[in-house]
Order: sequence, then C-alpha cells, then structure tokens
Amino acid sequence: MSTQGTRIEEKLYQNRYVVDAGKPHIKVRDHDIPSPALKSLVTACPASCYSLNEQGRVEIVADGCMECGTCRVVCAATGEVEWNYPRGGYGVLFKFG
Amino acid sequence: MATIEERFDAIVVGAGPAGNAAAYTMAKAGLKVLQLERGEYPGSKNVQGAILYADALEKIIPDFREDAPLERHVIEQRIWMMDDTSHTGMHYRSEDFNEEKPNRYTIIRAQFDRWFNAKVREAGGIVLCETTVTELVKDTKGHVIGVLTDRHGGPLLADVVVMAEGVNGLVGQRAGLRDELKPQAVALAVKEMHFLPQEVVESRFNLSGDAGVVIEAMGAVSKGMVGTGFLYTNRESISVGIGCIVEDLAKSGVTPYALLDQFKAHPSIAPLIAGAEVKEYAAHLIPEGGFRSMPAIYGGGWVVAGDAAHLVNSVHREGSNLAMTSGRIAAETIIWLKRRREPCAFDNLAEYRKRLEASFVLKDMRKYQKIPGLLHNNRQLLNLYPRMLSGVAQSWLRVDGKAKRSKEAEIFKAVRKQRGVVGLVADGLRLARAWR
Repeated sequence: MSTQGTRIEEKLYQNRYVVDAGKPHIKVRDHDIPSPALKSLVTACPASCYSLNEQGRVEIVADGCMECGTCRVVCAATGEVEWNYPRGGYGVLFKFG
Repeated sequence: MATIEERFDAIVVGAGPAGNAAAYTMAKAGLKVLQLERGEYPGSKNVQGAILYADALEKIIPDFREDAPLERHVIEQRIWMMDDTSHTGMHYRSEDFNEEKPNRYTIIRAQFDRWFNAKVREAGGIVLCETTVTELVKDTKGHVIGVLTDRHGGPLLADVVVMAEGVNGLVGQRAGLRDELKPQAVALAVKEMHFLPQEVVESRFNLSGDAGVVIEAMGAVSKGMVGTGFLYTNRESISVGIGCIVEDLAKSGVTPYALLDQFKAHPSIAPLIAGAEVKEYAAHLIPEGGFRSMPAIYGGGWVVAGDAAHLVNSVHREGSNLAMTSGRIAAETIIWLKRRREPCAFDNLAEYRKRLEASFVLKDMRKYQKIPGLLHNNRQLLNLYPRMLSGVAQSWLRVDGKAKRSKEAEIFKAVRKQRGVVGLVADGLRLARAWR
C-alpha cells in the first residue's frame, strides 16, 4: 500500500475540461512567504493544482481544477486565495459526476 | 448580451437536486420560473456517490421510475470497519428490497440531474445553462429583488430568489447572507468511476437483474482523520471514493488521491474493482457541520435549500433527499404565499423554516447536532475501534490449540490495554448522549 503509484496526471486525463484560456478562476495573492495554510494546498488540493516554486512561493495552475472549493476554505482565514467560479460553460465538465 | 425584461415569480440558482425540486414544483404550479445553471448542461458540475432515496423524489415526481436514469436498486448495505488488512462487516441484505417500488437506487448524477432538469422544462420552467450568477440584487431596504449573471447586461428580476447553489454557496456568501465554510465543518470527497462489464459487477456482488450493493467503510482507510470510504455498484460501473474533513486533510499532508488509491488497494476493496477501466475522477465538498453550522435559510426575497443550507445528515449518509425535500418545501411555501397574494417578505418566508422544522429534514438535523463535535474531539476512536474489533475477531477465529477460557482472557486484556474499561464506558456514554 504505497503512495508511490499515485499519478494525478493520469486521473485528471480522464476528465473533460473547457479551459477559459488566460482567465484563471483562482489566483494566489502575491506573497513572499506562504502561510502554513497556503502551503498545505500543495498536498490538500485533489487536482494537485498547487506547487511550491524555487523561491519558496506557492503557485497555481488551475487547468485541472474540479471546482471543489477546498483551497478557498483552507485559506479563508489568511485571504491568500482568490476564488471564483469559472465563467458559465467553462471549467470541469463531469460526464458522470 | 441578451437582456431579459420580464419579471419572474421566482429565480432558482442552480440545477442540482434542491434547485430542480424547487423549480419543478413551482413551474408545475403555474409560476413563472427562471432557473440558472453555470454548467454546460444540468449535472455537469455536480458530484455525488451517489444514492437516490426514492421517497423524497416520489413526493415531487410520483412516476419517476418510468423514465429516470436509475442504475441499481439497493438490496444490500455493508458497513465495514477496517484496519490495514481486514474488515469487520455488518451486512444487511433482504429480498424485501426487491419490491415493486424500491426505496433506494444508485444513480449517476450527471445523467440523473439532466433528466430531472428536463422535467423542469416540460413543466414550463425556463432554464438557462452556462450562466453563472455573480451577485444578488437588493432594493434600498435590503430586500432581494433579483440576480446579476455573467451573461446578461442588466439584472434579472423576481419576487423571490431560491438559492440552491450547492456547497460553495458563493452567491449567498458574497451577499453577506452566510459565512464561509469552516475547514472543520466540511469534508472533501474524491471518487472514481470504475467501469466493468455488467455481468462482472453482478458476479462479484452476487447480484441479478437491477439489484445493487453499497458499502460504507471506516477505520484505517481514513488514516486517523474523520472520514469514510464508499463503494457503490452501478449497472456497469462501480463508484469508489473516500472523504475526509478538510481541516484534518490539510494538517495530514496526505494527498486526497493517495488516500483514494490506498483505499482502492486495500485487500478487501481491490478484488472488487480489479481490471476496471477508470473513466472519471471527481472531487467535491460535503457540508458535514450539521445543524449547528447551518446558516440562516430565509430572508426578505430569498430562501436557501440543499447543500447551500448545509442540509446533510452525515450519520445516515443522506443529503440529496434533504436537498430535494427542502427545495420542494421552499417552492410550496412560495406557491402558498402567491395564492394568498402575499409578498415574499422576511416575515412571510419564516413559513419555510416552520415547514422544514415540521418535516424530517430539520428533525433529523436537530437529532444529530452533537455528532460532528463528538467526532471532531474523538477522531482517534475512528481508527482505534475498527482495529480493536479486528483484533478480537481474529483471536476468536484462529484455532491455535489455546483453551477458549485463556483466549477470552487474552481478548479482554488486549481491549483493556487499548482503551481501558473506563474509556470504553465513557465512549459509549458520549455516543449515546450525542445520538439521543
């Protein structure tokens, strides 16, 4: 029962998305040092949208986002995540849900 | 940008179980209803296990069985308490569930919601998809009179807005009608759709016809967090998923997809889904805070139903039925006010709360109001008890030449060591008090 085998890219590959190019619906506020809450998103996000860059800042690429809202809830207290629904018709499109 | 000049009796935000129940009920009664959905089609943003409870839908569409996309009716429920290598199960299977009008069905939400929403249109409701509601419009007295969307230039106006916008509930939140979700009061669930030939599903679960099995699992699978796993049989697929409280998950450093893969790899689960083709991976929040985390559910010109109102009974794994019932009751309240020619003002919409209190919805929410707190403060027990049960069962069942009396003594000693008699009694009392 190792976690080594988990490849999130393969999971997300199954899903359908209509990406609103150039208009990400989630943004991380500019920061020098991320709060523990923001850092926790690197593991807590179910689509692995968040990563830690070389400067130690948290970045987001929201293309695989399933619009669950976890990141917004986790960072509500720190205000580091700006979260909106994608424009109508864009974003994840569940075939089964 | 289209402008819609006409004024509606009601605008419904969202096309999930709550929104569809509300929009259908009102449209069928002849009200002018506009329903707004941000997905490409109704259901495309919606995620659930999923089990449909027939009773709630029957009260809205009595003959739904004729054409609703149902997967399997549930004849067997398994509750599994798991350690790393075992499960201790409580199973209930009955031929009585093979009835003319079955009580519970597995469903696939994207397909089911689409069907339900088609019924809204048939009843005369206007449905606009690919339309995200951005904010509520209020008059100078703070009374809600309509909504703004990302597709229409001006506001869309109505006598009342039914917010059935789901767990994230941004519209109501941003209008200051309710608070942001709390990380300890919401669970993140992830799930996959595993496809197998119909006969394989049926042979693995000893099924025939449209009968189905559902499994709810707790214990080691949630890695010490408050959470549960599930596995539901559909016609030719299996929904398998796991959910944990967001606060626990963020602290754990475990990724949701690793948690799911470990659950799938458990020796009790793996053979059930072996060889399946995975066709979708989904994630969704569930409001698990119970009665005590419920927001206000009505005000001047607005009501809230379903997940947006935190109407989830986490003990019984019920949510969509509370959503449908609250949507229906909200609609019936609005119809009642319309017929009396009374405005959808704050005082009048208090009737919605009153009716919901009289229904099973708020009675059940009240009954279990102490459970979320109990789990929050005793999460280690979710791991401990399944382990203890497994240890007891294993010592009892192994035939190893030891005398039964000394075996019993060993079992009691092991239990006392793990929790202690005082601990056991206290846990029992705490649970009984919270359950009452």
